[in-house]
Amino acid sequence: MKPEPVLPSPNPYGLHAATIVEKVRESDDIDTLRLQLVDPAVRKSFRFQAGQFNMLYAFGVGEVAISIVSDPDEPQKLDHTIRAVGRVTKAIQRLGVGDRLGVRGPFGRGWPLEEARGQDVVLVTGGLGCAPVVGAIEYIFRRRQSYGAVKILHGVKSPQDLLFRERFEAWRRHPDTEVLLTSDRPDKAWHDHVGVVTELFEQVAIDPARTVALMCGPEIMMRIGAAVLVQRGLPATALHVSIERHMECGIGLCGHCQMGPYFLCKDGPVMRYDRVAALLGRAGV
Amino acid sequence: MTPITSPSASPGLLAKSSFQRFIDALMAGGYRVMGQRLCDGAVKWDDVRLVSDLPIGWRDAQEPGRYRLEPTDSGRFFEVVNGPESVKRFAFAPREPLLVIERSSKSFQATPTLPKGEKTALLGVRACDLAGLAVQDRVFLRDAYPDPYYRTRRADLFLVAVNCARALPTCFCASLNTGPKAQAGFDLALTELDDAFLIEAGSQAGRELMPRLPLAPAPEQFLAEAEAQAEACANSQTRRVETAQLPQALYDAHEHPRWDQVAARCLACGNCTMVCPTCFCHAVEDVPDLNGQRAEQARVWDSCFTQEHGYIHGKNIRPAVKDRYRMWLTHKLASWIDQFGTSGCVGCGRCITWCPVGIDLTEELPALLKKA
Repeated sequence: MKPEPVLPSPNPYGLHAATIVEKVRESDDIDTLRLQLVDPAVRKSFRFQAGQFNMLYAFGVGEVAISIVSDPDEPQKLDHTIRAVGRVTKAIQRLGVGDRLGVRGPFGRGWPLEEARGQDVVLVTGGLGCAPVVGAIEYIFRRRQSYGAVKILHGVKSPQDLLFRERFEAWRRHPDTEVLLTSDRPDKAWHDHVGVVTELFEQVAIDPARTVALMCGPEIMMRIGAAVLVQRGLPATALHVSIERHMECGIGLCGHCQMGPYFLCKDGPVMRYDRVAALLGRAGV
Repeated sequence: MTPITSPSASPGLLAKSSFQRFIDALMAGGYRVMGQRLCDGAVKWDDVRLVSDLPIGWRDAQEPGRYRLEPTDSGRFFEVVNGPESVKRFAFAPREPLLVIERSSKSFQATPTLPKGEKTALLGVRACDLAGLAVQDRVFLRDAYPDPYYRTRRADLFLVAVNCARALPTCFCASLNTGPKAQAGFDLALTELDDAFLIEAGSQAGRELMPRLPLAPAPEQFLAEAEAQAEACANSQTRRVETAQLPQALYDAHEHPRWDQVAARCLACGNCTMVCPTCFCHAVEDVPDLNGQRAEQARVWDSCFTQEHGYIHGKNIRPAVKDRYRMWLTHKLASWIDQFGTSGCVGCGRCITWCPVGIDLTEELPALLKKA
């Protein structure tokens, strides 16, 4: 017996070729690639939201989920910051300007930047996982008047882990903006805070009634950071965390990105904290 | 019995001696007919052209960690209830090529490789497997991205259910209301009696086939006999799964010491996930040809018991066997409900039979729901 008919839809596995039009080296193993879709019709109709991701395909190697860090109002440019740590990301790193990748997307739920308009925004990031938040910060600064106070709290293990240093310095110069950096293992040249990122909360004033907090980093950092913010009166519904899991299909079918009842590739990667509070820190979830 | 054409809506009676004509009618309808056939000491889905292709004279004996075929003189055609294969692979292929990607100078072209349709009649689908297929339909067809590969294969299936007349010790469909009588999702449903089959249609395609069969009207007593047989089969089931407290009670049992006990037995072999009619996890693999000009992307069945399943850079979300068994059982019986509005378990009992060490979820669940 046939299941009820479903509306025909484009093949969600279909790949679009894209050209690398710019490649910026961020560190030894991190590059930001600017991609342009080859097919003009696809390029014209492609839209995404801040914090969504694409599946990027390296020919003959495979796909990897990478968040889009460029501005959704300029959807013809697709910037992806990629750390070469796995089979596919290493293959992508070997590509240069003019080479082609496959793109499938956009997928997932991104940062609630539209809902956050008019509010103060606290952005908390830890370690090298900050690329998705960088996209959100740039989004806010391009629309600076639409947001209240912006507080960026960023923690790294050692100073050489601090990527996008110039951007942090530039953000500091914006009005009504605080940028607080911290390192666990500072060197002599480090002038900022010493310790873990959650300690920075003590240095910022937060108005719980008008603040949205966005966090991205190791789960333990988000768990402790979220608990501190909630303790300071921020409603759990105003807190959003970006969670990492293995994603192979991007469409909630392959099963790998499950966290409790969620498929992070379609229900996330950005999740409202109240939905995952009980799951963060739970072993094996 | 004089073969006459019965009104297609009400059940008809097919003499056992006419069963070949039923198979012939399916083949004449353009279907490749497949049924469970003897293979390697079990049954597997394969081509059926003749009545004698059916495993007549055999029955399956199943218990935790054990499967045997035994001779029987019952003369029934569908005495073997099931084997390791559900009907899952007919819609969700174990390996499904998704794309062919061809390189041309510096660019490449990706072409979807949708399966070629082949009208297939599955003869002898059990109620639990129909329920499993309904669960998979929910997973693959009812979300934001309906899966075109699954949809293509699924649309070609003609499902001939057989209502179970005997339950195995591992069966527990009655407690989940998924069997032993097929309730929905079939094109035709058969009830095997001693000398005849009752046939009823469950779809337009089924109703269209009915007039081509040598059917007699079914006398009341046969209908009553069929009901009694289904009821006796349900009542003979010894295992059960109690769902009233799910999903929450299983989430609450996350730290239960029972997980350690079951993990000490579990081999993390993944058998339970391979035989399960609803497990849908898969990996995507990319296979380039030798000269590097062409690559095939395919999805292959995966299992949450593998080490790679919970891998992210720098760590494994589920490093221990305990984590993986807990993931599987909690997903199957609890988070599945949150995800898809239905349990992931249909009560077929295959995970019990085909577990090499005989782990039994109907035993694990109540132990986990009991205060430690």
